[in-house]
Amino acid sequence: MEIKLVKNILDVNDKLAEENKTLFRENKVTAINIIGSPGSGKTTLLLKTIEALKDELNIQVIEGDIASSIDAETISKKDVEVVQINTEGECHLDANMIKQALKNLDLKPGLLFVENVGNLVCPAEFEIGEDFKVAVLSIPEGHDKPYKYPLIFSKAKAVVVTKSDLLPYIDFDMNAFRSGLASLNQDCRVFVLSAKTGEGMQEWIDWLRQIRP
Amino acid sequence: MHELSVTQSILDMAVEEAKKAGASSVDKISIVLGELTGIAEDCVRFYFDIIKKDTLAENAQLSFSHVPAVLKCKKCGYEFERQTFSFTCPKCGSPGVLIDKGKELYIDHIEVSFDGNKVGKEHT
Repeated sequence: MEIKLVKNILDVNDKLAEENKTLFRENKVTAINIIGSPGSGKTTLLLKTIEALKDELNIQVIEGDIASSIDAETISKKDVEVVQINTEGECHLDANMIKQALKNLDLKPGLLFVENVGNLVCPAEFEIGEDFKVAVLSIPEGHDKPYKYPLIFSKAKAVVVTKSDLLPYIDFDMNAFRSGLASLNQDCRVFVLSAKTGEGMQEWIDWLRQIRP
Repeated sequence: MHELSVTQSILDMAVEEAKKAGASSVDKISIVLGELTGIAEDCVRFYFDIIKKDTLAENAQLSFSHVPAVLKCKKCGYEFERQTFSFTCPKCGSPGVLIDKGKELYIDHIEVSFDGNKVGKEHT
């Protein structure tokens, strides 16, 4: 006998993601899932973003890594509440890990940044209940990434292109990058910035000030 | 990279549905897989053969329908599959935009038997 299902294989994850999202709504939290390769500058971007916004907005952070708590320790020096998740081998955060982490976080109205495991592939597939995905791509990684990793670039609300201070030294074709991204995601915002020098940071910060679910 | 957990979900969902129907075995699981999901069929098959043992699905076969990612030309409207490093329309050379296809990841249907006798067959 045939049984028709038409049921999403990630259904269990998606249901938990919805529960997380309900928690975010109840607590007036805007949750941003930050996704990018290892070394793309996610943590540095986060540190500079916290510096710029922490006096006007309540900011909380969930740090995802395969192992270690180096990032959480760095972030906690900025006096923001941070919870570390160690996935112990898993290549991405999923909704259940976020659900467990939220038990250790007293959600307050404001922004919640979730720094995903460094990886451009799997984190894009798993909803965690976030309001927005933000992709982080550094100049040295190259302009071809939207062509190679279409899923994350098609789902991101914004792409932050980091390490713009390296543009004079690297053959990064900004037009090829932008046109690839536009094919995947016509409404995606792009911020080209250097968290190190501060160049371009203002536009990103202003966007975060007004972005709401 | 996470095909094991995806495969476990496939197995759990199929076995749960079979139990609900009072079936004695799962014979086939039909999966729809979009290109953009990045899930590798070979990996799923590899894990499935290991984890299916001692479950209702221990003799089940997997079947996959692949859905390619499709772009639509902004200028001439032609729909095409992407080429390596290019989202450009092969007909007119204008940029294409991704249409909502290729992100599928679901079980379409399963086939089950009762007391070892196959009843009914697949409709495709």
